[in-house]
Amino acid sequence: MAFRLFKKPARLTKAQLLTGKSMVHILVLGALVWQFVMGFTDNLGADPVQALLNFTGLHAIHILLLTLCLSPLAQLTPCGDFIRYRRMLGVYTFIYALAHFATYILFELQLDWPLIGSELIERPYISVGFVALLLLLAMAVTSFDRLRKKMGRRWQSLHNTVYLAILLALLHYSWSQKTVLADPLLYWFAAFVILLPRMKRWYQSLQRKSDGKKKHKTTATRTT
Amino acid sequence: MPKRFSPSVKLTENEVTDESVYRQRRTLLKSMGFLGASTLLSSKASAFGWFDDDDEKKIQREALDFSPAGKYSTAAKKTPYDKVSGYNNFYEFGTGKDDPAEYAHNMETDPWSLKIDGMVEKPFTLDHASLTSKFPLQERIYRLRCVEAWSMVIPWVGFELGALIRQARPLSSARYVAFQTLYAPEQMRGQNSRFIGGGVDYPYVEGLRLDEAMHPLTLMAVGLYGKTLPPQNGAPIRLVVPWKYGFKSIKSIVRITLTDKEPPTTWNKLAPNEYGFYANVNPNVDHPRWSQASERRIAGGGLLSRNRIDTELFNGYEEVASLYKDMDLKKYY
Repeated sequence: MAFRLFKKPARLTKAQLLTGKSMVHILVLGALVWQFVMGFTDNLGADPVQALLNFTGLHAIHILLLTLCLSPLAQLTPCGDFIRYRRMLGVYTFIYALAHFATYILFELQLDWPLIGSELIERPYISVGFVALLLLLAMAVTSFDRLRKKMGRRWQSLHNTVYLAILLALLHYSWSQKTVLADPLLYWFAAFVILLPRMKRWYQSLQRKSDGKKKHKTTATRTT
Repeated sequence: MPKRFSPSVKLTENEVTDESVYRQRRTLLKSMGFLGASTLLSSKASAFGWFDDDDEKKIQREALDFSPAGKYSTAAKKTPYDKVSGYNNFYEFGTGKDDPAEYAHNMETDPWSLKIDGMVEKPFTLDHASLTSKFPLQERIYRLRCVEAWSMVIPWVGFELGALIRQARPLSSARYVAFQTLYAPEQMRGQNSRFIGGGVDYPYVEGLRLDEAMHPLTLMAVGLYGKTLPPQNGAPIRLVVPWKYGFKSIKSIVRITLTDKEPPTTWNKLAPNEYGFYANVNPNVDHPRWSQASERRIAGGGLLSRNRIDTELFNGYEEVASLYKDMDLKKYY
């Protein structure tokens, strides 16, 4: 039985897909709202601001890593429908990152605009995180089907910056710690493992490109 | 005469579960089952409040005899006890702010031995009882400014370090005071694993110039909020130097050594460009990665409490300024 399941493509029915998506909404959005409610009522330990920064930042990275798992999962398993959860998780990554930024601006720096400006520019780890947020923003606003069709190939190149976003996010996380030997190392490792299936592809396409250039060069010299 | 009750199961004294085992019952249960699932989720952010550990870690805190807060104390609003004891940097127990409250109860603080040696005429050792009885205790309500740009107001109970040092009769050649935290990897998980302990070289060491150590503001704290220190705050005895960043105020001290050379200090060894030997609170000298011009005062109230305040030079303790009269504080940060 189980054997057959793996041989045949496993398709989700519309009802299953919808149930799954509703569950994600309830869980992911619910957790975020709940955490802020706890923060406003001073139920997040000694420093609710720090707790919220940790919660939103860490879970933005968790959701982003999960998002990056979906396309290899869709390719490597018979269930191609994994891919249908990618956009919503991608958008949730952005929402969590935005909540993280909002917590920093509103509750950590408390709308001290000169301070916000100087921190964003002068502190590399803040700048790096901010760039990651801008990339996620660009991807989130172009996530609609109509825009995707309109943008054509440029859409894919824009959305490939998600790999840059995860690297910047992890750099931001590592850099925010007082010591190098800390939790972020585990995340670098997880990201490496998740990106591993893609690396082979990247390597091949890189080789193809340089091969193409070489060929082009040799033909060019021949003609002259 | 009514019939005497006799239990159907007869247990003798030696079948009684040992109290120490009984007290660990939840820990035992946990280590059997939930460990795998909870370690992933429960780390720093304590992901969702529902998985939080509700175990009440019973810490025995004893009431202390002390004279009330005097001229050195601030009248600012105090940080509530559960925040002071629930939000700590004590990397010996993990790098998360809630790790010390979670794990420090494994540290054995009684018996204790604090040795004062080095360039002194009369080296001596204090045992656990004499920590709170040898010198008269006072309450000192101090501001504490962490290098991470948050601050608290804490009612410490303790005695001046100067009194302790005078007792040992320092030699005229002594210029500095070196401090050392307990090294006990079997009780401190961060010393056992470099990963949990943030890659810090233990034991944690700190130092002061002798004149800083002798300043009446410099306190050896044995308690807070009127009772002995909880382990996560550095029981049974810790240093409190209110005009310096919190990491100077070394916890759970076992040794104080007078020397003629500037002693190595833990954070300075780890990142010399970020943490200097002096580490005086100074709004004009930023940490390379963040501003030190202002701080968030942790005093209670949720997200909406507007608690960002300006940081003051020497954390507002102007009386120490004369110690650094001719020094470039940007160079000696």
